[in-house]
Amino acid sequence: MQSLTSRAKAVERSPMTFLEQLYLWNILKGMFITFLHIFKKQPTIRYPEQKREFSRVFRGLHVLNRDSEGRENCTACGLCAVACPAEAITMEAAERLDSEKHLYREEKYAAKYEINMLRCIFCGLCEEACPKDAIYLSETFTPADFARKNFIYNKSDLLIPHRINQAEELSAAKGL
Amino acid sequence: MNILVIDWLIFAEKLVLIAVIIFSSLGVALYTTFAERKVAAILQDRPGPNRAGPFGLLQPLADGVKLFTKEEIIPNAANKFLFILGPGLAMTAALMTCAVVPWGNKLELFGRTIALQIADINIGILYVFAVVSMGVYGIMIGGWASNNKFSLMAALRGASQAISYELAMGMSLISLLFLTGSLSLKTIVEQQINNSHFWNIIYQPVGFIIFFICALAECNRTPFDLPEAENELNFGYHQEYSSMKLGFYLFSEYINMFISSAIMATMFFGGYDMPFVDESKFDPNIAAIIGIVALMVKVVIFIFVFMWIRWTIPRFRYDQLMDLGWKKLLPLALANMLITAFFILLQSNPIKF
Ligand code: SF4
Ligand code: SF4
Repeated sequence: MQSLTSRAKAVERSPMTFLEQLYLWNILKGMFITFLHIFKKQPTIRYPEQKREFSRVFRGLHVLNRDSEGRENCTACGLCAVACPAEAITMEAAERLDSEKHLYREEKYAAKYEINMLRCIFCGLCEEACPKDAIYLSETFTPADFARKNFIYNKSDLLIPHRINQAEELSAAKGL
Repeated sequence: MNILVIDWLIFAEKLVLIAVIIFSSLGVALYTTFAERKVAAILQDRPGPNRAGPFGLLQPLADGVKLFTKEEIIPNAANKFLFILGPGLAMTAALMTCAVVPWGNKLELFGRTIALQIADINIGILYVFAVVSMGVYGIMIGGWASNNKFSLMAALRGASQAISYELAMGMSLISLLFLTGSLSLKTIVEQQINNSHFWNIIYQPVGFIIFFICALAECNRTPFDLPEAENELNFGYHQEYSSMKLGFYLFSEYINMFISSAIMATMFFGGYDMPFVDESKFDPNIAAIIGIVALMVKVVIFIFVFMWIRWTIPRFRYDQLMDLGWKKLLPLALANMLITAFFILLQSNPIKF
């Protein structure tokens, strides 16, 4: 019969030779192999001290973006929530007042915006769905907390710091 | 009127020696657990525990604290007395063996000669065997008192394994004893130190291999760790144990490993004999210290080999284990014994042609 791949190997069913029956020889061979592993390079990245380079499209925790004047981009259209396969996003919309023009770019804004980070699978579909460039997945990761309820991130956790009013926090968030 | 005269100094000296040896055995066992994890890691190309203290050196302490502070669970239907006795017995049996191992030659302190051996009894090896087989009670009692059928099965497995391998172990030693003509470990070491005599491994290689395999089985080390096969045989005799009682069982395994390495080094590798060095030329104290270091190096090498084997080969199936013990090792040990006896007879009554 023609074999399917060139690497197929017939199973050998000949009875064990005396040397094989003793086991000892084969055990010694195995021990030699493990001994060689002492000198192998460890592929481990020693995490808190060393970090792996992220790819350019790494998907970490979300940020809600602001425009160049520091106004929030999000218009609470709900497309991200619809796109989200994990149903992690909820929001409540509100209408912008005239006095709030410097705060929100669009006439309608998200009064409440929550992402449940325990449900989120970091697929990035919200980022793709957003028509207003309002949500991005950052390079921050490994959120840790003692309580589950703290993993529901609200706007104050998500919103990127204001460019002018919170310049220091922004540069801290960028890791500068 | 002195009926029982006790040399109190000897009493104190032995007491100190016992304390030192027991605590150092415990310390060595503690760090053996650490070494085990490190060796496993290195053989598997990973760094191993490295968080607690420099290079992870405080890891065993952290493990100890963890075990001590864990919740202690005693099953409802368990026999409480025996349930607690089991791990204690395992630990005691493991520690008692170190009484007859000569850890070094003699120290001369304060004008007294102190032998670095707790008891030089003339039936040293028999004592070792007696105590080691008592360790089986630790396993049996622990498994039985848990009142759990899986523990009991595992205890049976462990006990029958220990008993089967003890046989081959004893047989392999008999041929060694033919050569030494003495059961005292001290005498055996002194014979090997003698310049005209090599280490016993040269005369009894087969005996050593059998003894080593049986020692693996006695310590429940891979490939013979069926009593604690957690992944395929539903764990071992310590299934119901938790907290420090489980710690005691696991710990006694490491002490057993340490002591059996020491005994192997003593019987086959010259004990506290430093190879290629004539100790008698040195000051006795320095010679004793060199001796202790030499023994410890040998022990460490043995412990490393134990671990190396553990992280190389998978465990045997139960029928393979019994097959190896009864059908391979025992006949081999018997043949080794007969051949040794034959050569000894030949040596003492040379045949004239
Ligand atoms: S990354 Fe994916 S799962 Fe997470 S919120 Fe966005 S769409 Fe939902
Ligand atoms: S983040 Fe984007 S998609 Fe989601 S509600 Fe706001 S504007 Fe719409």
